[in-house]
Amino acid sequence: MEERKVLLIEDEPNIIEAIRFILSRDGWRVDTHSDGKSAVEAVRERAPDLIILDVMLPNRSGYDILNDLRGAEETHDVPVLMLTARGQTKDRELAERLGASRFMTKPFSNREILETVRELVG
Amino acid sequence: MAERGEPLFLARDSYRQRRLADAARLLPVLGVVLLLLPGFITITVDAIIYIFSVWAALIVAIGLMSRHLARRGPLDDADNALGDDGER
Amino acid sequence: MSFDLLALVCASYVIGLFAIAFWADKRAEAGQSSWLNSPLIYTLSLSIYCTAWTFYGAVGYAARSGMEFVTIYLGPTLVMVGWWLLLRRLVRIGRTQRITSIADLISSRYGKSNLIGVLVTLLAVVGTMPYIALQLQSVTLSFDVFSANPGEGLNQTAFVVAAGLAAFTILFGTRNLDMNARHHGVVIAIAVEAVVKLVALLAVGIFVVFILAGGPGSMMDVISASPIAEQSIRPERWTVLIALSAMAFICLPRMFQVMVVENYDERHLATASWAFPLYLFLMSLFVVPIAAIGLNVLPDEANPDLFVLTVPLEFDRDALALLAFLGGFSSATSMVIVAAIAVSTMVSNHVVMPIWLSQRQGGATVSGDVRSVVTLSRRLSIAGLLALGYLYYVFSGGGGALAAIGLIAFTGMAQVMPALVGAIFWRGATRYGAAAGITVGFTVWLWSSFLPSFGAGGIISADVFENGPFGIGMLRPQALFGIDGLDPLVHAVFWSLLLNTFAFCLVSLLTLPTPLERLQGATFVNVFRYSENAPGWTGGAAEAEDLLMMSQRILGGREAQDLFISEAQSQGKEGYLPDVTPAFLERLEREMAGSVGGATAHAMLMQITGGEAVSVEDLIKVADEAQQILEYSSQLEAKSAELGRTADQLQQANEKLVALSVQKDGFLSQISHELRTPMTSIRSFSEILMQGENMSSGERQRYSQIIHDEAIRLTRLLDDLLDLSVLENGQVTLNERSEMLDAILDRAIAATATPEQYIEIQREPPMEAVPLFTDGDRLAQVFINLISNAGKYCDAEEPKLQIEVHMLDGRRVVDFIDNGTGVPPDVQKVMFEKFARGTDHRAAGGAGLGLAICREVMKRLGGDVIYLPDREGSAFRVVLPEARQAAA
Repeated sequence: MEERKVLLIEDEPNIIEAIRFILSRDGWRVDTHSDGKSAVEAVRERAPDLIILDVMLPNRSGYDILNDLRGAEETHDVPVLMLTARGQTKDRELAERLGASRFMTKPFSNREILETVRELVG
Repeated sequence: MAERGEPLFLARDSYRQRRLADAARLLPVLGVVLLLLPGFITITVDAIIYIFSVWAALIVAIGLMSRHLARRGPLDDADNALGDDGER
Repeated sequence: MSFDLLALVCASYVIGLFAIAFWADKRAEAGQSSWLNSPLIYTLSLSIYCTAWTFYGAVGYAARSGMEFVTIYLGPTLVMVGWWLLLRRLVRIGRTQRITSIADLISSRYGKSNLIGVLVTLLAVVGTMPYIALQLQSVTLSFDVFSANPGEGLNQTAFVVAAGLAAFTILFGTRNLDMNARHHGVVIAIAVEAVVKLVALLAVGIFVVFILAGGPGSMMDVISASPIAEQSIRPERWTVLIALSAMAFICLPRMFQVMVVENYDERHLATASWAFPLYLFLMSLFVVPIAAIGLNVLPDEANPDLFVLTVPLEFDRDALALLAFLGGFSSATSMVIVAAIAVSTMVSNHVVMPIWLSQRQGGATVSGDVRSVVTLSRRLSIAGLLALGYLYYVFSGGGGALAAIGLIAFTGMAQVMPALVGAIFWRGATRYGAAAGITVGFTVWLWSSFLPSFGAGGIISADVFENGPFGIGMLRPQALFGIDGLDPLVHAVFWSLLLNTFAFCLVSLLTLPTPLERLQGATFVNVFRYSENAPGWTGGAAEAEDLLMMSQRILGGREAQDLFISEAQSQGKEGYLPDVTPAFLERLEREMAGSVGGATAHAMLMQITGGEAVSVEDLIKVADEAQQILEYSSQLEAKSAELGRTADQLQQANEKLVALSVQKDGFLSQISHELRTPMTSIRSFSEILMQGENMSSGERQRYSQIIHDEAIRLTRLLDDLLDLSVLENGQVTLNERSEMLDAILDRAIAATATPEQYIEIQREPPMEAVPLFTDGDRLAQVFINLISNAGKYCDAEEPKLQIEVHMLDGRRVVDFIDNGTGVPPDVQKVMFEKFARGTDHRAAGGAGLGLAICREVMKRLGGDVIYLPDREGSAFRVVLPEARQAAA
């Protein structure tokens, strides 16, 4: 069985470490990227099975990146799990409209994120 | 214009008064024309009779007009607010 | 009939006139003047148009030129018939503006300009002088007819007549200073004389037609057979003479005097409009018959100008001849009296008074009785005018036919006509236009009509007549511009009035009127809209007492006091000093204008009130209907503009609210983010620790450390938030005390000294020894923030921070400059805002509130913190509090 790849786009080192810990234990290969500007290229290079995308990134917003991903053919169908620390309704609506597969508000429980990831790729 | 208290249609009386004023303005013009004509009458006695006849007629005409013009109040233009002055 | 008897009758007649005039004045003073103010008297007073020239001269004129004489009556007839067009306006203007003379009218209209007044006065004097000479001549000649030794002592007779007329005029013409109070005595005397001359002429006419000729029918035959029938009418002279006499009827000073100044009720014009033409009609009815019979029965050398007298004498009708003599005498005297009054008023008001006033700088307020000056100047003017007339008579040698002299005078006065018509019909007419027109017309008249009247070789030499001055043929007096062959009169009238009108219009179009002119122009042209009052005074600093003192000298003590008391009462005040309102000044000026003329009255009030002229608001007040509508619509516009502004303000307020709301949302979502981020790590790692059995102790240690660090970060964030909230709401309590700047810096540096963020700090201790009075802990907080920022962000290999203290524009400043690359421009703009951070989050470690707090702290302390964009590295400047620093 091929190793499943997750690309985590996030800029908080402690959160990266936490998610990497959780997912790698479940057998995922976790790549990380922490800059907004080059995020789309990173996705193309790595061709992940799943993307975990933070909204508040340096230089570029997660929404813009999502929009680009959904607009390009090769990344159009990749599941995207959006994470945000701004838990307002309009943020969720915006994410759904742009084509996010799931939307989660920080702080999340480890089990919750693991199950969501499994669900999206399984 | 209506708020200036000027009725749109004047009473028959005021209307006649205005036309009378018009006539009073025209009469001297008529007089000038008639009194410049004797220059072309060659026979002196005829000219004398003509001049004095026109003269007498003018006196009677202006006499009749003036009596009516001066009958009411001050000698303002009955319609000075509504444009007779504007013509000039 | 003896000459002595004639002299006796004459004297009795004059005494009778004196008595009537005296009696009328008494009646008027007693307030019983109602019938003196009747339209009949007004009409009869207009008959001063018919002078001795008319009385004697018309017959002579008819004998020489046939029907042409009648033009002199047809002009005035047409003016009276057209009274609704012109005279009605003139009389209304005269009454509302308290006009004293034609010069006053013209000067008032053209901005109360005295220059124009002087010009018209000059014209009037020069034009009246030959006219008076004409009257003296006719009276003298008529005396001579009865004289035992014809041709002797003519000049003495003329002198006696002139002196007698001067005495009568001075006595009755200057009794009352206020011209608008009207000369009842003079007017009634003139009316009596009008009846006498009409009756006399009619009597002679009836005698001629019905007794000598035997009825109207045979009279016509006599006329047809006489030389008169051979005189055909010359159309160009006919037209010009009608026009000329019409103009003269309006412009002659004496006609203006009786028609406008002495007018009591403008409705009298309605009666005069037919009655006066009737009078003229009757006056001219028998002129041709008398002339025809005279030519028939009298010897060829007989003077036709005296047929009215000589025909009855020829048939020994002494009584009729005496009546005719009295008629001629009446014609001459009434004309001279009124002309002298009118012209002397002009001379006094437009020449003497202005000179007198200008000689007494400081003006009428100082001292002296203006009334006596005015009266004296008027009396001297009357005497002077009659003296001039007498001299003209003597030096012209009584030459020329009567009618010719009369026409010259007519042409002279007609030069006022363009300016007069412009005054009442054209708002665009200006004083320069009027002055130019009158000057040009006057000059052309002098050259082509007045001076030639002394005959070739008189004042103008025969050579000039023939070849022009200095041989310039274009300027020959009776053939201007080389146009030859015109009748001299037609020539003079044509050129003078044409050039006059041309100059008047052209200059008016090219020049700008003063505000006062525009105001007067609007008042005159629209007299039937604004006849109530003519605004002109905008109030001012005039004291009521000064005004009263001056008015007493002009109006007379009791009259002035009555005026002031009545004004004070109408203002609801006790006593005799009213408030000096613009309305009161206007009224006072009008009253005074009645005594000394518009220009002088205006000038005198100007001296007292400080000469504030007419404001733009006043002009708007008299503006016509369109302007009022304009004003109304501009008010509407202003209102809608105001509404627009209010709407804009609402819009702005709304935008601010929206922006605030957006800001608040942004702030909340920022706080949410800043709080949730550390909480995410804490929750995640604590869950890992709770479940995790498969981990090394090193891992366990590390995850616990992360949880600890993030908890501290959370705490710091909450501390900062609370701090900022307190600062922003102004609830912070400052703990101010005296402290040294270097001590505070020492504390701040000590607090930031951590091994991870090492930065070399360079200081200048001597400059730092500054005493301060401030909250040292808060200031240290700011310094700590700036120093730790430098430690965090300085990207140099060997980070250094320079702390410089110096004075700048009287303020002490502390600069923190590092040797890194500095803050990027886009961040500079926002870095003092809450949650604004540079790109590198992790290095910051804070929540992005540091600089926002620094700025709030410094503002509370009375200083500031700014970024210096033009330095090598990051450079922050702390401006220290000012007042406290001094207080220390």
